[in-house]
Amino acid sequence: MRIFKNLSKDKLATISVTVIVVTIIVGLFAPFFAPHDPNQVNMSLRYASSSWEYLLGNDHLGRCILSRIIYGIRPSVLWVLVALFISVLIGAVLGFLSGYFRGKVDAFIMRVCDIMLSFPGYVMTLAIVGILGVGLGNILIAFILVKWAWFARVIRTSVMQYSELEYVKFSKASGISDLKIIYKHLVPVTFSDIAVISSSSIGSMILQISGFSFLGLGIQAPNAEWGMMLNEAREVMFTRPELMLAPGLAIVIVVSAFNFLSDALQVALDPKLLNSKKRPQQKSPTTTVKIQKKEVAH
Amino acid sequence: MENILEVRNLRVWDLNSDKVLIANNSFDLRRSSCLAIVGESGSGKSITCRSIMRLNGSSLRQSGEILFKGENLTTLSEKKMRRKRGRKLCMILQNGMSAFDPSCVIGVHLKETLAEHFDCDWKKNEIEEKMKLAMESVMLKNPIEIMNKYPHQLSGGMLQRIMIALAIVLEPDIIIADEPTTALDTVSQFEVVEQFIQLRKKMGCSMIFISHDLGVVRKIADEVLVMKDGEIVERGPTEAIFLKPEHKYTKYLVSTRLALSENFKKLMRGETIVAES
Amino acid sequence: MGRYIINRVFISIPLLLIISLLTFVLINLSPLDPAEVVLQAQGVPKITDELIAQTKEELGMDQPFILRYFDWLVASLQLDFGDSYVTGKPVWSLIGPAFLNTFKLTFVSSVVIIVMSILLGVICALKEGKIVDKSVRGVSFFLTAMPSYWLASIMIWYVSVKFDLLPTSGMDSYKSYILPVIVITISYAGIYFRNVRTSMISNLNEDYVLYGRACGLPEKKITVHILRNSLQVAISIFGMAIPIILGSTVVIENIFAWPGLGSLSVKAILSRDFPIIQAYVLILAAVFVLFNTVSDIVNAAMNPKIRNDL
Ligand SMILES: Nc1ncnc2c1ncn2[C@@H]1O[C@H](COP(=O)(O)OP(=O)(O)OP(=O)(O)O)[C@@H](O)[C@H]1O
Ligand SMILES: [Mg+2]
Repeated sequence: MRIFKNLSKDKLATISVTVIVVTIIVGLFAPFFAPHDPNQVNMSLRYASSSWEYLLGNDHLGRCILSRIIYGIRPSVLWVLVALFISVLIGAVLGFLSGYFRGKVDAFIMRVCDIMLSFPGYVMTLAIVGILGVGLGNILIAFILVKWAWFARVIRTSVMQYSELEYVKFSKASGISDLKIIYKHLVPVTFSDIAVISSSSIGSMILQISGFSFLGLGIQAPNAEWGMMLNEAREVMFTRPELMLAPGLAIVIVVSAFNFLSDALQVALDPKLLNSKKRPQQKSPTTTVKIQKKEVAH
Repeated sequence: MENILEVRNLRVWDLNSDKVLIANNSFDLRRSSCLAIVGESGSGKSITCRSIMRLNGSSLRQSGEILFKGENLTTLSEKKMRRKRGRKLCMILQNGMSAFDPSCVIGVHLKETLAEHFDCDWKKNEIEEKMKLAMESVMLKNPIEIMNKYPHQLSGGMLQRIMIALAIVLEPDIIIADEPTTALDTVSQFEVVEQFIQLRKKMGCSMIFISHDLGVVRKIADEVLVMKDGEIVERGPTEAIFLKPEHKYTKYLVSTRLALSENFKKLMRGETIVAES
Repeated sequence: MGRYIINRVFISIPLLLIISLLTFVLINLSPLDPAEVVLQAQGVPKITDELIAQTKEELGMDQPFILRYFDWLVASLQLDFGDSYVTGKPVWSLIGPAFLNTFKLTFVSSVVIIVMSILLGVICALKEGKIVDKSVRGVSFFLTAMPSYWLASIMIWYVSVKFDLLPTSGMDSYKSYILPVIVITISYAGIYFRNVRTSMISNLNEDYVLYGRACGLPEKKITVHILRNSLQVAISIFGMAIPIILGSTVVIENIFAWPGLGSLSVKAILSRDFPIIQAYVLILAAVFVLFNTVSDIVNAAMNPKIRNDL
């Protein structure tokens, strides 16, 4: 596994992976790690500063901030990952269909993608939330609906490029079934491209989701979510600015970790990038397409 | 015959990885002769050429002496070196398609180059006239029309010949051609090689010619250098090398020359791409 | 070139039609009956079937779908997007000024972002691997990982509590632009400057640069060629960036109480004011397509290769 070897050489990447893995585990087993019930109101502890019992202090309702951060991992990170996975899956299936079989299927899927991509993603998400109503679930649905086209596009380019290679052509000519070719020859090589594009969009997705929650369009009270916590903290921003600290930092750390990982992955999978002096013989589809269209909204 | 270019202990290494790419190579280029450099991909042929022109990327460092007509190029100031490039040492690249700015017509590059070198001693019209003649002499019809075309509108062979035409006008002492025929189909390959032979006859300039194609090398070169992994493993007059290769790598090269059909080369290239990405 | 422009414009017309149809369908897909929404939004205490039927007739919702779509499309083209369910005012009278405000903010921010990205991108590319490059990239890395609203809150707190220099909300004078523009720039310049840098660097390693140098061209002239080629990519990116920024100032507008589209649309979503949402989506999608078309045309003007592709 050359990839892992390359990755583990990169110190920042190792730290990022650690941060991400720890975050995911803590989020999955939140009840186990959280010291308190995140929704337990305790008016006597309003705005209490940090103590041994409440490591990060208490919020405007006296709830344990640490516990809320820990429970907040679920909507802020885990659900985002689920949404991402689903949209990449849709994108991959359609991308393989159109990139491998070409012809009419390809033309049709690409036209649909064109239309999907001609809406600004952020506006589209807002529109879908507007129609379906506010709530985390609806935002996630909106995300899936908005993002798949983009993934399908990139994966198609990648599949097309690899289908052109001699040995794939050879397998095609020698009558091996399409499914088998895709499974045995194309999935392994396109996988790296898929990993790079999906990892590169996690960061912006986390930021966007927390942004929607911040606006009150996402998860509803009293559930904990990082953007939502920031929204609550904003009301007392001038008297208690410290409340903005923990959730904000949590977002920054997790998003940076994902971004670092994505960069490191790109280098690990494509060592040419490291010494950019040596001109890559063939630009990988991800790098070129990504340059054309990278959308990050907060 | 005297030497026009003497390379002494050329050493090139990569700053980032400290890898030595060229190890203490010395060779000479005699006046009015053609020196071919052959060797497998990655053996350091292009780097050698670029070191002579002092055009290696910033991550590469070089040491050693490069004497051009007795003048050491490595100690020249960047400004003086720049005047030598083009006028004294002219390079012809492998891929004509990418050698010209894709967003400008060909003429822009030609004019800029000529204006740079002939600004003081030639009138503009005269240069254009010369350029036209040169282009016609390399079998490019309608030079004016071609000058107003973008690189992507021309074929690889045409672009290659435009570079040769430019070299004719610049009248350099040394032409360095880095695989000028590799990217071409067989017919244009033949034409371009013809042009090189003509070029040598007409101008009597010295030439460093890099190629994978030993057939071409045999046709054009007086002497051959064989490189492997950044080292010169064998050198000598062309015929001697072809008839009596001494180093086993050269033997291998010469013996496989026939087996190496075009198709197979292409296939090899395809596979290296897979391996790298 | 003229033919390219005509072709390109013609391609975008069916796209706009499909987008408008989609927008219309989306709103009609809503699980709620619009008539009910209107009544709810107007605060009618008891909603009876009769009332719903009556409202439906008023809104023309008893007509077939296609007819309604055409009516709506024709009206929309004349900027008549109907009346807000909540306030009863014409949608355009709300969305028009809001759009203008958002556009002003976007315009100023985009100019700053473009200037900053090109400047930083070019500098970093020319100094690739040096300290300047590394530090600019490092800082931008963390800035892009910050939620913009968090950054905005910190700035508001800092500026208003510590110095009380700049207005922290509303849109009163040119000073009101400063904070929002800074925040938007910080969240976007980091991305676009990377694009400029990458495209510059990949151009630096192109053969034409080597050949230009080998022909003895001065570094200045070569840099002009590199810039010309790498800005091509940048222009198409910026062409896309402007509508994206236009669509995503929502959070910033909310924080700085900027009376723009973002504030309006969030309010509309929370109160399910469909005509406003519909108009909002339609207008932004149209702007998006428009910018796409324009940036393609500009790109084709600069890059002769693309011109032949269409
Ligand atoms: N800028 C660079 N930094 C580090 N290593 C480099 C750089 N440029 C080339 N190399 C390495 O130097 C070696 C020689 O490269 P060079 O381009 O001279 O080979 P070549 O003999 O011209 O091959 P080809 O026949 O494919 O053109 C290769 O192994 C290559 O990986
Ligand atoms: Mg080479």
